Amino acid sequence: MKNLFIFFIFFALSINISLAASQKSELAQKYKASNSISNKASLQRGAKYYVNYCSGCHSLKYMRMNTLAKDLGIDEVIFSKNLIFANKKIGETMTIPMKEADAIQWFGALPPDLSLTARSKGADYIYAKLNTYYEDDNSVTGYNNIAYPNTSMPHILAELQGGQKIVLDSNNNPISFDKTSEGSFSDKEYKQLTNDITNFLVYVSEPAKLKRYSMGFWVLLFLFIFTILAYYTKKEFWKDVH
Amino acid sequence: MEKVLLRDGEITLHTRERSNKWQMYINIKGTDIFVRKSTGTANLDDAAQIATKYYDQLKSKANSASNSASGVIGWVDERLPILSFVRDHLTNYYAPKNFNFWYFFGSLAFVILFLQIFTGIFLAMHYKPDAKLAFDSVEFIMRDVNLGWLIRYMHSTGASAFFVVVYLHMFRALMYGSFKKPRELIWLFGVFIYLALMAEAFMGYLLPWGQMSYWGAQVIINLFTTIPFIGPELGVWIRGDFAISDPTLTRFFALHIVAVPMVILLLVILHLAALHTVGSNNPDGVEIKKYKDENGVPLDGVPFHPYYTVKDFVGIGVFLFLFSTTVFFMPEMGGYFLEHANFIPANPLVTPEHIAPVWYFTPFYSILRAIPDPAFGALAMALSIVVLFFLPWIDNNPIKSIRYRSMLFRINLFVFVTGFLILGYLGVKAPTPLYSALALRFSEMYFIFFALLFFYSKSRGNFFSYIFAGSMISLITIYDLTRISLDNYILILTGLFLVCAFILFMTISPLYTNLNKEKEVPERVTG
Amino acid sequence: MSSDNPDNSRRKFLSGSLTLVGGTGAAATLWPFLSSMAPSAKAKAAGAPVKVDISELKDGEKIDLIWRKKPIWVVKRTKAMLDSINTNEAKHKDPLSDNTEQQPDFAKNKFRSLKPEVLVLEGVCTHLGCNPAYNPEENNFFCACHGSKFDMAGKVSNGSPAGANLKVPPYRFEDDNTIVVGEMPAPASKDNV
Repeated sequence: MKNLFIFFIFFALSINISLAASQKSELAQKYKASNSISNKASLQRGAKYYVNYCSGCHSLKYMRMNTLAKDLGIDEVIFSKNLIFANKKIGETMTIPMKEADAIQWFGALPPDLSLTARSKGADYIYAKLNTYYEDDNSVTGYNNIAYPNTSMPHILAELQGGQKIVLDSNNNPISFDKTSEGSFSDKEYKQLTNDITNFLVYVSEPAKLKRYSMGFWVLLFLFIFTILAYYTKKEFWKDVH
Repeated sequence: MEKVLLRDGEITLHTRERSNKWQMYINIKGTDIFVRKSTGTANLDDAAQIATKYYDQLKSKANSASNSASGVIGWVDERLPILSFVRDHLTNYYAPKNFNFWYFFGSLAFVILFLQIFTGIFLAMHYKPDAKLAFDSVEFIMRDVNLGWLIRYMHSTGASAFFVVVYLHMFRALMYGSFKKPRELIWLFGVFIYLALMAEAFMGYLLPWGQMSYWGAQVIINLFTTIPFIGPELGVWIRGDFAISDPTLTRFFALHIVAVPMVILLLVILHLAALHTVGSNNPDGVEIKKYKDENGVPLDGVPFHPYYTVKDFVGIGVFLFLFSTTVFFMPEMGGYFLEHANFIPANPLVTPEHIAPVWYFTPFYSILRAIPDPAFGALAMALSIVVLFFLPWIDNNPIKSIRYRSMLFRINLFVFVTGFLILGYLGVKAPTPLYSALALRFSEMYFIFFALLFFYSKSRGNFFSYIFAGSMISLITIYDLTRISLDNYILILTGLFLVCAFILFMTISPLYTNLNKEKEVPERVTG
Repeated sequence: MSSDNPDNSRRKFLSGSLTLVGGTGAAATLWPFLSSMAPSAKAKAAGAPVKVDISELKDGEKIDLIWRKKPIWVVKRTKAMLDSINTNEAKHKDPLSDNTEQQPDFAKNKFRSLKPEVLVLEGVCTHLGCNPAYNPEENNFFCACHGSKFDMAGKVSNGSPAGANLKVPPYRFEDDNTIVVGEMPAPASKDNV
């Protein structure tokens, strides 16, 4: 048993080596998404917001719509009526009709596909990006971003959030925001909205996550029983050995 | 007069001459059973013929009497020695009875090998080895293939688990001297397996065609270009192009799923065949074959089956529990098993901010980076693996197990393992001056471990000890003198002092203390 | 290592149940692997119902579409073609479409269709899977591979190597000019027959 303990320590050691701290702005790091993938209502809201505000430019080219409808508990007919544009079929993935050449003319770059962003950059990044737009006259779109400085993406949700300016400390580091105008959403509602979108993108980055945990529970339960049984069988056989 | 006609195991068929007639007896376990009064002839050859015929009759009767299953097995076994194989390697293979926790990892490695091959076959059914399709096909497996995500996570977690288990397995060998005579070949095959495994993992990691796949492969292949003269051409030849691209991916796929697995399987067979020829070592490092009972069975041995099969099932159960916890609850393992940047498709135009190899390569990657000159860095890294092959001839101390070796040996092994872990940790970090200095010092410690193993092979005199310590210290000092400057002298001198102090302590203290005193090895295994 | 251990029954029980539990686990582990070989979500999505507009289809014309990777024919049958269809037992192997495998219930009728003038068939010969050719002049389908002949309702003629009529896929009319292949007609629309 003592030896098993050592093994656990080894295992824990291999987990605990923390990730290299990236050079993100401290202000951006204050924004932590509090997403829970088991919150179906949040996922459904997130899907709705995503389709309304994001899917004009950002594809989810790996996300099959019928999988989405099934996983989020949305009836396929309702889904088709409300969430599918451009005469697509429900079995297809959420691609967009925007052409690369047009996109480069409009934004300077093709808006990235967001299928895997939550896995490559993390949920917190998405949440921070949506929350840290600030007014900047030097920017083409009128907005700059703390989580993604000099982003070419316009602040799509500006009307909802309202305007904000950054407050700098004596070292010219951004420390907080200062509201310049009210949006149609309250601060709390806006945070909820961005959190829902983040949550939705976390789901999209790995739909299997919804099944993984519950399936894992049963597998572990089985293995636990198996190991106990194996342990007692071993003990029984080893009675012979002196 | 007596004549033996047939002998098969414990059964003998023989005849005795009595008044010019031959009578046949069957002898089972030492008891004669009278079979036939007479063969009807005095001719020995005829009697033998009759005896054979009779024996065959008896045998087929016995066969038909037994159930059909053993009949089939019996039929096959006459043509293919399955039963005797099982006997030789399971039920009659005697393993030391004192195996401890560390002896689980061999069988676990075997289980993982099977798992990797099995999951790999099913992944290959859906994966597309084409630079344009590879990334998408992995996401296709993750999303569209029924339970494809589970198979993929099993495979990706299996790769890391393989290295966890193999590292622990190798550590076991270091602790108990399992590489020493007569087990040198087992160790050699083992190191070859480890090398093949590194190649397998490296090539497999390119297949998802993400950013880390691409740039990790870029870094490693560039190592080959540091080889003098042929390097640049060699790099191009390995890639099949001037940069990593579709041909590289396709050949890595072929090697990953066909060539290297076959090599690994062959090496595993050799590893096991060599093991079963000389027998397993054990935590006491004594040979159980020295003391046998009247039947030739080692007194301290137990048949592998059922005793170790049933014990290994416990190990497999615990392992699969941890494995499944990873697969279902943290398949990315915080970015160590599946790196975050690998969820971005490979882009030859954008290098990720920080390229770190997968964790199991990072100790060697640290050694590579520790020396600023890329060619010498690559050489040091190559050397750090090559030195493993020579281990059985570096450490000539007759005592195998750490239980009976000196305190200094224990310190040496402890420092080595700690250093190896630190090197691994440094390998995932972006290099800062302090980290680079640490990486260099622990790389030096990596090699010092082997030098000290050689030093402890027998008890050394004054002269040898001082010469040995002096030459090691001067080697390190000379290297440091070539790179010392006003910016870094504190870091260099501190590091130099610590390493030299360690060397001095490890080599000179045996002369004045009993720290290098070894314990007496028992004749038979303990407990 | 005594074989006559007093606890032999306990030993047998334990190793027996370990084998049973382990075997069950191993068998269950096979499930993800076997199911991974079934059609993927992508393949299933590609097998989703297909819509076709037949407003432009002229009499006697045939259009091909793909449903579940199989060719589907839609033919607008002329009056002459409809007249050529009969249920003569001497001429056909399955004149009354009794083989339920070959058509949904709604097509078990003389013309093997929802509407007499519109024929929807899977264009796969029931012999060995070739694609028969359409002969509007002779009012039949002819499979060049082994010479099977089918009438204008897809019924196989006597003397053909093929054993069954051409298959009618499930389909329904969304409106007069739109056919959805792959979906059954709603129960209310059954009186279309």
